[in-house]
Amino acid sequence: MSAYKIIDHEYDVVVLGAGGSGLRAAVGLSESGLKTACISKVFPTRSHTSAAQGGISAALGNMGEDDWRWHMYDTVKGSDWLGDQDAIEYLCKEAPRAVVELERYGVPFSRTDDGKIYQRPFGGMTKNYRNGTAQRTCAAADRTGHAILHTLYGQALKQNTEFFIEYFALDLIMKNGECKGVIAWNLTDGTIHRFRSHITIIATGGYGKVYYSATSAHTCTGDGNAMVLRAGLPLQDMEFVQFHPTGIYGVGCLITEGVRGEGGFLVNGKGERFMERYAPNAKDLASRDVVSRSMEMEINEGRGAGKNKDHINLHLDHIDKKVIDERLPGISEAAKTFANVDVSKEPIPVVPTVHYNMGGIPTNYKAEVLTLNGSEKTVPGLMAIGEAACVSVHGANRLGSNSLIDLVVFGRAAAKRAAEIVKPGSSHEEVSSTETDKCLQRFDKIRNSDGSTKTSELRLQMQKTMQSKCAVFRTEKTLKEGVEKIREPYEGMSDISVKDKSLLFNTDLVETLEFDNLISQALTTMDSAYNRKESRGAHAREDYTKRDDKNFMKHTLAWQNGKKVEIKYRDVHSRTLTNDVQYFPPKERVY
Amino acid sequence: MAQFSLPQNSKIEVGNYFKDKTSSKNLKKINVYRWDPSTGKNPRVDTFEVDMNNCGPKVLDILFKIKNEIDPSLTFRRSCAHGVCGSCAMNIDGVNGLACIKSHSDINGDLNIYPLPHLKVVKDLIGDLTTLYKQYESIQPWLKVDQTGLEKTELKQSQKDREKLDGYYECILCACCSTSCPSYWWNGDKYLGPAVLLQAYRWINDSRDGDKKERLKKVADELKLYRCHTIMNCTNSCPKGLNPAKAIGSIKKMLATS
Repeated sequence: MSAYKIIDHEYDVVVLGAGGSGLRAAVGLSESGLKTACISKVFPTRSHTSAAQGGISAALGNMGEDDWRWHMYDTVKGSDWLGDQDAIEYLCKEAPRAVVELERYGVPFSRTDDGKIYQRPFGGMTKNYRNGTAQRTCAAADRTGHAILHTLYGQALKQNTEFFIEYFALDLIMKNGECKGVIAWNLTDGTIHRFRSHITIIATGGYGKVYYSATSAHTCTGDGNAMVLRAGLPLQDMEFVQFHPTGIYGVGCLITEGVRGEGGFLVNGKGERFMERYAPNAKDLASRDVVSRSMEMEINEGRGAGKNKDHINLHLDHIDKKVIDERLPGISEAAKTFANVDVSKEPIPVVPTVHYNMGGIPTNYKAEVLTLNGSEKTVPGLMAIGEAACVSVHGANRLGSNSLIDLVVFGRAAAKRAAEIVKPGSSHEEVSSTETDKCLQRFDKIRNSDGSTKTSELRLQMQKTMQSKCAVFRTEKTLKEGVEKIREPYEGMSDISVKDKSLLFNTDLVETLEFDNLISQALTTMDSAYNRKESRGAHAREDYTKRDDKNFMKHTLAWQNGKKVEIKYRDVHSRTLTNDVQYFPPKERVY
Repeated sequence: MAQFSLPQNSKIEVGNYFKDKTSSKNLKKINVYRWDPSTGKNPRVDTFEVDMNNCGPKVLDILFKIKNEIDPSLTFRRSCAHGVCGSCAMNIDGVNGLACIKSHSDINGDLNIYPLPHLKVVKDLIGDLTTLYKQYESIQPWLKVDQTGLEKTELKQSQKDREKLDGYYECILCACCSTSCPSYWWNGDKYLGPAVLLQAYRWINDSRDGDKKERLKKVADELKLYRCHTIMNCTNSCPKGLNPAKAIGSIKKMLATS
């Protein structure tokens, strides 16, 4: 592959991705004196963290008594007991400190009367082990992700993190099961770059774009997840895909759960507040999987709203205009732009929409990547954080506002751990060119694809298959069909066409590489779902309606080799991290 | 009198015409600026006939349709598609805006799509924003507080003080404003431009920040700040409805009264 000119770099640590978790890690790494590169395919503030609206959870207790143990209980319950409780303890205990740190970085949080960070109610967040609603979700109006992302980018600039912007990462450099760096393609000038690093941190986000209708950005293609699969490592719990209850009907644009937190509610075509039937206590603020399923059931049973009875109405026309202007200005704007709705007068038409991937790269609470080799083993030199990672704190279903806190808590944890392991400026091992050759052969092959099928056709086929066969409700039949059908676009790769052969900002090639990344995650998601014969959190099987702790209280691990997916399982950690809190044993999950 | 003319290699030529193949009765002609530096050819404007009966409501939907169905080599930035990331800023029918929130039904007749004005073009609709990003860095967009000993407590801010950030912290750095400003076109290397000055004001105006005076001093410069001649194109073009001109005016006022 000498045809490609390669530019070499050496860094102590390389971070892939510049969203909330990648930036938080980069800030910590730079601060600790490690030579840090942060590589991103988009300018940092374009990352999908910017779309997070409602808030970031932490038991600050600014709006009434709170305790991180209550937050932990809610998260464990939200995860339907698939979350690892040692990691959840770490998340919830560290959360208040992480939010205060963000505030001191400059995040413009909304404020209480006495000038503290404003906190709003959110789905599944309760007081004193589900005795009442907690106000735990810290908000900057309904633009919390945007505010955090911009602030973290500023901090990274302050710490002189070196950015490589509009670089598309291709593959990890692996040697004897250890990660030695990464290879990336600079879109702005077409050159290939090889980064050698002691630790590579994957912070590339989720892969929502395997579905047709998703709140996810077009860039959410899980590139890091796919690199991990190509490196022969597994992805974990891929069957757990969160459908957000309130995506704008027909568009997919997110309407924050904060709307319901501020008093909004869902109504079916008959004008009934149906959530009272499904979740008598939490009602509209039940956990997302529960609300999404309830909405689907209303629609499936003919009680949807609109001409075709195919959506649900979200009302906030009863909320005081001042509250909307102050706390939900962004969604008023989105409802106007995308649904032509004036929220003070009409409801917003919504449907459950793909929103978040609980699954991803398995890690421990220190962000070190895990694999299974007889027993749980860490992969030296490799870390993962944010939506790309599966720590697992969200288990089978993530609570709203727990993702932003996940980003900063584990971004910080990764930086801390890296600083323990790496001595700044230590020398790099020689790595043979085999890995580089392998990576560039794949790149070159895809670039020179001269088939007759457009990338967009295969992508659409994949997205439609995922949407129809692996949705909110799943059955043996749909999943079995899905397992077969999802392999058609995979095999279609052999006849794919890339029309643009240039190297400079070739988005035809970028989209094809992204499709290649997406399809391997689609395969692992479908196969993982097919193999889990129980209902847990976001994975709802109509033929196995109950949770089966005896057989499935375990994480799915999926390896991909061509169109073959190998499934194994590892036990959920049934322990806490310290004695500050006791393990919460599994219970029936009602809201 | 001096004669002005464009250099030969930057003259825009008539490009390819992509005729509709769907026999749709509802066509819209989309004229798109194209330039691929690797070909060594001049920029051109391609025309695409697009079937509007099977197209989403926004300008970005048209671009997706062209890229997915007609010409996959069409190059533009896009990400969230919901108006929050700022990637798909471009010049649409003569006005800067975000393709993802701009409805094409607002535009009668043919639709002209160009990159943001007066940026070095990287390829097709992609402009080079490196200078703007450097300028953003120069205003030190981070909170400056005395950190010692108080790391574990949040800084308090009254609701009134927090309100002062509204209309400024929402900026998504899409650059629609700066690239619509004639002053920025002329002195873009030295004048900070509306986007960056709005950001500067966001930090000057944060009650928690301890560096207000220094921040003001840093922008109080004939070129950095006073190249603003209140043309107001910035405010007219902001897709988020923000008012950079007001931010600049406020900085000038602070300087005049301090």
